[in-house]
Amino acid sequence: MDLIKGFRTTFKHVLQEPVTIQYPEQEKPFQERFKGRHELKRYDNGLEKCIGCSLCAAACPADAIWVEASENTDEERYSPGERYAKTYEINMLRCIFCGYCEDACPTEAIVLTQEHRLSFTNRRDAIYTKDMLIVPPPEGTEGSPQQVEPGKFNRPIPDMENPK
Amino acid sequence: MGVTQKLGNLGVVTTTLDTAINWARNGAMWPLLFGLACCAIEYMSTQASSYDLSRFGMELNRATPRQADLIIVSGRVTRKMAPVVRQLYDQMASPKWVISMGDCASCGGVYNNYAVVQGVDEIIPVDVYVAGCPPRPEQLLHGILTLQEKIYGETIKDWA
Repeated sequence: MDLIKGFRTTFKHVLQEPVTIQYPEQEKPFQERFKGRHELKRYDNGLEKCIGCSLCAAACPADAIWVEASENTDEERYSPGERYAKTYEINMLRCIFCGYCEDACPTEAIVLTQEHRLSFTNRRDAIYTKDMLIVPPPEGTEGSPQQVEPGKFNRPIPDMENPK
Repeated sequence: MGVTQKLGNLGVVTTTLDTAINWARNGAMWPLLFGLACCAIEYMSTQASSYDLSRFGMELNRATPRQADLIIVSGRVTRKMAPVVRQLYDQMASPKWVISMGDCASCGGVYNNYAVVQGVDEIIPVDVYVAGCPPRPEQLLHGILTLQEKIYGETIKDWA
């Protein structure tokens, strides 16, 4: 009797749909809260949101971020305000994807996306530079640097609609 | 060893042999039953039915390094654990591959201190580094696929 009981469980599972997710072809959507690869955002006019304040680097518990700031001019303007990030590097192998940088950022420039494909055959490839992190400029804008009229972008943190 | 060296460059024969051998090596790469920290939990989950590593020919986790082809260093390697990891690697029969899973194994991660080896590549040669803390099963699978791609690029000359 126990034998039949046991085999009933076995045969029940034979008829069920397999639970396996065929990963490279098929992907289960991640949770909304999943944090993956970073992105540096831009404003609608194509200027970079990052102002090179290094608060993300200070907040990073793993010291994965390296920011080097430089001065903006109205002839060559990368971001609103005085400074922009000349160098922005994240070591993906150091980063623990905690999202503290996202919380620390005063301009909401750095955002962790859902991108999870982060495998490297070389440790040097794991260092993502600014060119790799920054999103392409929105359509119809020239991106950065821009030549702007003087005094237009003198505030590093513009008025946000919903400041958090 | 001698035969492969004599083969040298035989054009189509060696390239076909390369592909065949690489296919065979990719098709049955048995990992070592080995876990160090929280990454091992994700590794177990990768091995379980939802992600099912046996789709990549890794259905068996060998409990002895003599029968394993792949060592997935899953977790932080402390200075005290380092000789053990090295010994396990030495005991594995060639060809052998190493995946450094997660931040701690790859470069120390948050544990930037005297007790933790800052990257397992200080003691053993690593083929693929997988970022994440800990990496999701998808990320580990992506690392394994990267390793398989790397193996397909290998040629006889590399082994000889």
